[in-house]
Amino acid sequence: MRFERRERAPAVLVVLAPVVAVVVALILAGGLIALSGAPVFEAYGRIAIGAFGSKLAITETLTRATPLILTGLAAAVAFRAQVWNIGAEGQLYAGALAVAWFGAANPLGLPPGLLIPALMAAGAVAGMILLVVPVALRLRFGVDEVVTTLLGNFIVLLFVSLAVEGFLKDPMAFGWPQSVPIVPEASLPRIVDRSRLHLGLVIAAGLAVAVFFINRVTVFGMQSRAAGLNPAAARFAGVPISGTLIRVACLSGGLAGLAGAVEVLGVKGFVTTDLSPGFGYSGIIVAMLAALNPLGVVAAALFVAAMFVGADGMSRTMGVPSFIADVTVSLSLLTMLVALFFTTYRVRR
Amino acid sequence: MTAEPILLLDRITKRFGAITANEDVTVSLAQGEVLALLGENGAGKTTLMNILFGHYVPDSGSVRVAGRALRLGVPRDAIDAGVGMVHQHFTLAPNLTVLENVMTGTERLSAWRSGAAAARSRLAKLAERFGLVVDPDARVSDLSVGQQQRVEILKALYNNARILILDEPTAVLTRGEAERLFDTLRGMAGQGLSIIFISHKLHEVMAGADRVIVLRGGRVSAERRTADTNQAELAELMVGRRVQRPVRAARPVGEVLIEARAADVPMPGGVPLRAVDFTLRAAEVLGIIGVSGNGQTTLAHLLSGLARPKAGQVSILGRDAAGLDARAMVGLGVGRIPEDRNTEGAVGDFPLWQNAVLERLGDPRFARRGLVRRGAARAFCADVARRFDLRGGGPETQTRRLSGGNMQKLILGRNLADAPRVLIAAQPTRGLDEGAIAAVHAALLAAAEAGTGVVLISEDLDEVIALADRAQAIVGGRLSPPVEADRLDATRLGLMMAGSWEGLADAV
Repeated sequence: MRFERRERAPAVLVVLAPVVAVVVALILAGGLIALSGAPVFEAYGRIAIGAFGSKLAITETLTRATPLILTGLAAAVAFRAQVWNIGAEGQLYAGALAVAWFGAANPLGLPPGLLIPALMAAGAVAGMILLVVPVALRLRFGVDEVVTTLLGNFIVLLFVSLAVEGFLKDPMAFGWPQSVPIVPEASLPRIVDRSRLHLGLVIAAGLAVAVFFINRVTVFGMQSRAAGLNPAAARFAGVPISGTLIRVACLSGGLAGLAGAVEVLGVKGFVTTDLSPGFGYSGIIVAMLAALNPLGVVAAALFVAAMFVGADGMSRTMGVPSFIADVTVSLSLLTMLVALFFTTYRVRR
Repeated sequence: MTAEPILLLDRITKRFGAITANEDVTVSLAQGEVLALLGENGAGKTTLMNILFGHYVPDSGSVRVAGRALRLGVPRDAIDAGVGMVHQHFTLAPNLTVLENVMTGTERLSAWRSGAAAARSRLAKLAERFGLVVDPDARVSDLSVGQQQRVEILKALYNNARILILDEPTAVLTRGEAERLFDTLRGMAGQGLSIIFISHKLHEVMAGADRVIVLRGGRVSAERRTADTNQAELAELMVGRRVQRPVRAARPVGEVLIEARAADVPMPGGVPLRAVDFTLRAAEVLGIIGVSGNGQTTLAHLLSGLARPKAGQVSILGRDAAGLDARAMVGLGVGRIPEDRNTEGAVGDFPLWQNAVLERLGDPRFARRGLVRRGAARAFCADVARRFDLRGGGPETQTRRLSGGNMQKLILGRNLADAPRVLIAAQPTRGLDEGAIAAVHAALLAAAEAGTGVVLISEDLDEVIALADRAQAIVGGRLSPPVEADRLDATRLGLMMAGSWEGLADAV
């Protein structure tokens, strides 16, 4: 048996690959559910009900998908230019912290229409800085950004811990380590009554469309992909490599920072060290499931969010640990990598 | 002919989907014979050798070594039967010594101790017997390409190879090294080894082989003894039609386009240029001849906007080169063909149309207000494909799927489509087959005819003699004085490449 590169990946396969990957991941995880003694189909039924079974379930899934869309986009734009940003988690916390810090008071008396965009920009800039530094280190000294961005996550999280235990600690929170809440007028408006679903979802979906067009039709989109795929050819063609990759870092880090900002402004209202259940890392899976396509990121984020929200509901009624969601999502990354292989190669005897 | 051939590939047929790579191919090799397998890229030479080595299973046919059939698809069988392969891209570990490389794979992992001492004396005997002198304790990364190839051959011999297959052995060698290689192969054949070498270069087939089998489109198109044939006949057999490389005609030259005076160009990790002087005028071809690694890359980078002069004066189309980057060069009308088309020339994963316009995104025809004008870019790509006979795909085809010749046509075409004032052609025919070389030469001459000044950087003497109006040799980062076309011949160019420049200055 040997593998041959396909002439070009058939469109059907490209669309089918993530679907097949997810189905295979569900089958494999089904084995684990069976091992824990629960009926597999009922468990999956419960997950579906938990994720989509009621208005509340749907809004919860969409709320959970919002930061995943943003971190997924962050990973997708970076990976497309071969900037290996593993630091979306840290950039998310940096964005959240910046928002909580500046949003704790409104000394200028800005109206929400100005205050919210200003705070979101602050969150995005915080995320940008956190990625521009590692990328600049790579360009200048050849430091591997996988290592710097990954380790940066822990530094940022410890800094957040320092802040919420110290200078940003909310004195009214009965000693809980959380930051001073943002002023009420900074909260993102709800888009569905009696739910937590907020305007962030619309912003995230809009950004997915924007990134799609940036990739597809802009000079920057073409140059960043060239710089990632073949830096020598890009340099020969006059593409400014450093400038292009720094701009990629700004876009990617900014999107991840925005994820944190939106989570604080739309859901929590303050920062804690468990603000994110791994949104930054799950974003990598989302991006891979979407094969780095920005519109696919929205669908992949919905799948991952539904697994997490649904598994919580399932575990309450059936006693299967909700870790099954982590396992399924992680398995789907592995099966997607295999599926991607088969979209570019065909099998020969 | 002796009764039994030492190697017989009998009526091999191999198909990949709709493509027939080999059809009813029969190759026999006698003991002590040097056989050349001649064919253009894609003629099926490599597939055939992969079948011999068990990497592919043929659809029909058999392989026999000394009368015994090999099991098909079992690489170990071929090696055990005494068949050794020297790949075009070496398979040596650069961080190990020669001896360690040769021994790799010959010892059992469970062996108590290494048999290095015995191996050393055996290697020394082989090296002496076949005249392949190389220091067994040298690190492979410190060896020249020619020496590395000797190590590859020694490695095959150490594995008791009686039949040696060499895939495009001269692709990476200088002319001198190539001649030495063929002397060595002759000596080895004289001692009873049997040799097949794969090539698409006619002169080395004539010089190195006793017999030649020509493959075309997967079939054996002819078999000749080299004593009974000539280069012209082989070229025709290989390509299937008469191929005539075009030759320059005298032209009146125009105004000065590029002028370099005592220019120093630094090159980190490469060969810097030192005090180089040259002039390029409109409608002429300036040949820069030299063995690769003598500063050609630096010169190409200087003229492509990737390297800047540190001292001296270089003016390109009236502008100081110190202030020109790649984008500015393209904007001025400098066409650039990079030395290595796969790394610098194109992004392999891009569709053709993106590679056609990537260096022209500063041109309002192809990008406005930060947006790529996809329609115009695709049309440009289609136009280039039509005018330069680019086959193998349309604007949406992934570039890495093109053959080397077609990729070079894309690069040539995107540069020549707008009639540039200057064209920098660095090793424009390296690795191309005969048909594609003729096409590239014709395009370069047509450009010069139309008034473009062409700088042709090449290590191929015949190419420079055929195309250049004037030539300078590049040696150790320095340029010789120019010599006019009517005084160019292989002997003089050879001397110039070796650094003998006396008596040349009067030609200026």
